[in-house]
Amino acid sequence: MRLDTLPRVDGERALHLLRDYGVYVGVTLIVLFNIAFTPHFLSLENFRTQAVQVAPVLIVALGMALVIATGGIDLSVGSVMALSAAVISLYLGYGPIVAVLIAIVVGALAGTINGVLVAFFGIQAIIATLAMMIGGRGLALVLLPQLDGIRSPGLRALGSGSFLGVPYLVWIAALLVVLVAFLVRRTVFGRRLVAVGGNRRAAELSGLPVRRVLLGVYALCGALAAVAGVLVTARLQAADPNSVGVLIELSAITAVVVGGTPLTGGRVRIAGTVAGAVLMQLLVATLIKHDLPPSWTQMAQTAVIIAAVYLARDRGRT
Amino acid sequence: MPTSPVLDTRGLTKRFPGVLALDGVDFALRPGEVHALVGENGAGKSTLIKVLTGVYRPDDGELWHHGEPARFTTPSHAQRAGIATIYQEVDLLPLLSVARNLYLGREPKRFGLIDFARMHHEAAETLRGYGVDVDVRRRLGSLSMGARQMVALARAVSAEARVVIMDEPTSSLEPREVETLFGVIEWLRGRGVAVVYVSHRLDELYRVCDRVTVLRDGRLVHTGAMADLSRLRLVSLMLGRDMERVEREGATTFSGEREAWAGTPALEAEGLTARHRLHDVSLTIRPGEVVGLGGLLGSGRTETAKAIAGALPLDSGSVSVVGTRLKRGASVPAAIRAGVSLLPEDRKHEGIVPGLSIRENIALAAMPRLSRFGLVSEKRVDEVVRVFMERLRVKAVSPHQKVEELSGGNQQKVLLARWLALAPKVLLLDEPTRGIDVGAKAEVQRLVDELAEEGLGVLLISSDLEELVEGADRVVVLKDGAVVGELEGAEVTEDALMAAIAQGPGGGDGR
Amino acid sequence: MITTSKEAPTASIPWRDLAQRHGALLVLLLVVAVAGMTLDGFLTLGNLNRVLVSASFLAIIALGMTFVIITGGIDLSVGTVFALGGVLAAWASQYGSLALLALPLVVCGLIGLLNGVLIARAGLAPFIVTLATMLGAWGLMLSVSDEGNTTYLVPEGLVLAPLVHGRLFDVLGYSFLLVVAVYVVGGLVLRRTTAGQHVYAVGGDERTAALMGVPVARTKMAVYTLSGLCAGAAGALNAVWLGSGVTIFGIGIELQAISAVVIGGTLLTGGYGFVAGTLAGVLLLGVIQNIINAVGTLTSAFQEVVSGLFLIAVVLVQSRLSGGGRGGP
Repeated sequence: MRLDTLPRVDGERALHLLRDYGVYVGVTLIVLFNIAFTPHFLSLENFRTQAVQVAPVLIVALGMALVIATGGIDLSVGSVMALSAAVISLYLGYGPIVAVLIAIVVGALAGTINGVLVAFFGIQAIIATLAMMIGGRGLALVLLPQLDGIRSPGLRALGSGSFLGVPYLVWIAALLVVLVAFLVRRTVFGRRLVAVGGNRRAAELSGLPVRRVLLGVYALCGALAAVAGVLVTARLQAADPNSVGVLIELSAITAVVVGGTPLTGGRVRIAGTVAGAVLMQLLVATLIKHDLPPSWTQMAQTAVIIAAVYLARDRGRT
Repeated sequence: MPTSPVLDTRGLTKRFPGVLALDGVDFALRPGEVHALVGENGAGKSTLIKVLTGVYRPDDGELWHHGEPARFTTPSHAQRAGIATIYQEVDLLPLLSVARNLYLGREPKRFGLIDFARMHHEAAETLRGYGVDVDVRRRLGSLSMGARQMVALARAVSAEARVVIMDEPTSSLEPREVETLFGVIEWLRGRGVAVVYVSHRLDELYRVCDRVTVLRDGRLVHTGAMADLSRLRLVSLMLGRDMERVEREGATTFSGEREAWAGTPALEAEGLTARHRLHDVSLTIRPGEVVGLGGLLGSGRTETAKAIAGALPLDSGSVSVVGTRLKRGASVPAAIRAGVSLLPEDRKHEGIVPGLSIRENIALAAMPRLSRFGLVSEKRVDEVVRVFMERLRVKAVSPHQKVEELSGGNQQKVLLARWLALAPKVLLLDEPTRGIDVGAKAEVQRLVDELAEEGLGVLLISSDLEELVEGADRVVVLKDGAVVGELEGAEVTEDALMAAIAQGPGGGDGR
Repeated sequence: MITTSKEAPTASIPWRDLAQRHGALLVLLLVVAVAGMTLDGFLTLGNLNRVLVSASFLAIIALGMTFVIITGGIDLSVGTVFALGGVLAAWASQYGSLALLALPLVVCGLIGLLNGVLIARAGLAPFIVTLATMLGAWGLMLSVSDEGNTTYLVPEGLVLAPLVHGRLFDVLGYSFLLVVAVYVVGGLVLRRTTAGQHVYAVGGDERTAALMGVPVARTKMAVYTLSGLCAGAAGALNAVWLGSGVTIFGIGIELQAISAVVIGGTLLTGGYGFVAGTLAGVLLLGVIQNIINAVGTLTSAFQEVVSGLFLIAVVLVQSRLSGGGRGGP
């Protein structure tokens, strides 16, 4: 908390614009750069690759955006993905549809536990979801100690097939983007979750069911992470609870923050989040295409994240 | 000229965006005096204290310390100069032990390490002098509020302080602890320490203070001996009508008399009691009636409104809306469903959701009525927003403008719209015109009249005496969380109201 | 002249304090006792020493984490900083023991300082800053180790080697003695110096602490730097222990460190905690891991489940003990 009350500086307006629209400029710049300097960038094949790679992160980021909009955070998304991968492998005997449904239910359940801890026990979001992050992956590994190949043709098709030339993965991600955007714009729940993040006290005094909203948001985030876990498993054609979703919480938070949603909550930008995920994906792809080592990409990502968080920090509030 | 001042300010001015918090204040503090600093909310007391203690830096004017110009840049800087402060809300560090709190930053050392044996011994010794006899190794948080306050006091004073500033020191003390505090103040005075005493409890001011300074709207309106100032005069100085302002702004826009509707009362609150805050507060509002709630800051006005709206847990008491009794411990949603709407005092923290648009802010509470199967009906929202923005004359570029970009008056109108969209039966307005511009103020006052005409029961809380007198049909006066008087009809005059606030039958009881 | 206000003694207070202060130790003793009675070969000197030595790297990281958490922050970067420290140490070991220690300490200390500056001066949230530097430290480690393709070896016969591998009276590993020494120093700093009081004060309430004259920003920068130093030192010792700088080692160790700290009774919300509890928490995790390995039918991942459950249980109990969580208005 800062005691000095700084008067609003002139550059603030510019910073706000940069925060809100910088991500689109960034995507445009990086696309232009690639068109000019990267061979085969404009090929259909490359687009497919990029889109398939960004899909799971994007789906996780959608849930994360909702959680962040309420002023919370969910560090457990990677572990929930691992749980979902393990559950799929366990229940594949009942057919792929049943297995996928159970995986999503388990993810929603994990999210619900987070939500109960946050909303009803008043535990800080970071702590509650940290415990789920540790315990969730452990549980996934207990359920499925090592990598397990997926032989179900249905699930494999989900991972590698396509419709109208667009991979199923991308269709699903696009569908979820539309659904979440609809949720945020058109439903009572969506309006309320942003209000809870914007001013929890005002939301309570306006009679909003604040705790129920929080519970729902964390459950939804868990379910979306589970979907991402299913898709990654289908794409890899193997359930790998050890490495699926590792550090994805960071990628997801980055996509959200780079997309202009501040960590303090009260705002949500779905289109920005999509652009943020795409930007980070293209950044990594560009560095790799130009033969820069992985170490560079990680350090570059670090710099982008810190810059984005720095821009998004809300100086008006403490 | 008894002694030269230990602290004095000349033309002290402090601006915040949009507010002139201190306007050329000359404040002098002499050694060995207990100096009352009084004023209503927003009068500039806390800003003055924060400038004196190095939390804020003044924009203009000078601060003199022992006859020399001084510039305190941080709280610790002021502390080293011998100016100690006990803040009302800041409660030291409840998780640390009593002794550690007392000695934080100046622990007795032995071989470079903290000497706990000595620290505990000395802490116990010191605290006994303040009437606190506890195991100093205990967590501070396990002590009563009063004992904690004493630890804070002991911490501040033991630092060789020459000036001790106490901000509402008795707000959480038991009567016995208040006596202890007064004993300490007496002792400080004997040692030649200057004490700045901020309180709204008039009885206390007259008991312990030698001199008094009254601030209003950032300006010093009176300074002098406590004994020379009658209670009535003091209250009128704090609340009083500033003649200049009346001339500038004109009178209120409330219309004249109005008849309350017969039939079931819109609101019946009985025996509202919440520990330390409310004591057996009862009031009735008939449909079409505006009931004012008078009293000084901290008298329990806001708490009464919150209790009725389900936002303050009650120990006992009941609330009925149009004859239907709400369950005790009822939540805010239940109160809203029954038809109670509360416009909170703290617009920024309890009212607006700054990042959302005007439209979203208006529709926030009424969402269940503006939706079907969880889907928002944009058409109905648009309709409601249009109707209320027009009726309340909200000035904005469009309904999609962010509410944080609006002026205070327009923000207030947006909040009023939020509550009116619920079609309430009882409207609780907590300081509805504070901090808003003249035009908006007039409009809000006119609206209160209109709503009452339409049959709403309105509870009007205001520190602006004129607003209460002109706007309310009846005024209930609170003091220390209890009802001390009620004025009706022709009795509702500023003089009568001030007298009720200043004296109040049974002034000293309460708890 | 003054009336005396005597506090009514509350019977449950000492019990609560005791549970929070020594809960981890009690559970540790209980687990050791049960395991000693039911598992063959658990209470042998060799096995216990194995537990202690393998816990020592985590213990050093958890010490720095304790300071950070008491200020109300969190440091998620220690896992990769630990790994970076190991790789840097192994690379520098060609220049001798001094370089082996100095290089990781300097680099990891700087990373910690960077965390501290971003958190204390720029006002960014600790978890996101340290999550980002976690990635950055990983990148740095990869670039030092030729994208993970080169494993630097620590030569035999270093001056430092006996410190890590040696045993006192052939029984107790020196590395654990080192841990005890570091914890004694850490405990003294935290409990018996003014700087230590500042750490508690910042975690108790930043605004209050500032009004009480505590240098809040400086204290925060110091604890994150300390956390970086601890992780770097643990990485260096680990490199000596393993004989090489292994890049994959240590990813995820930050979660164990946080678990140990919290199980040890430190409040994740800050303002309260102690290093002895952390040490008990580290040993408890080590013993559980050891038992899980010994039982054999359980996968080692079971330990993570236990950690997660422990963490939630402890946090829930803490939020009850310290007068309810932050729920409600």
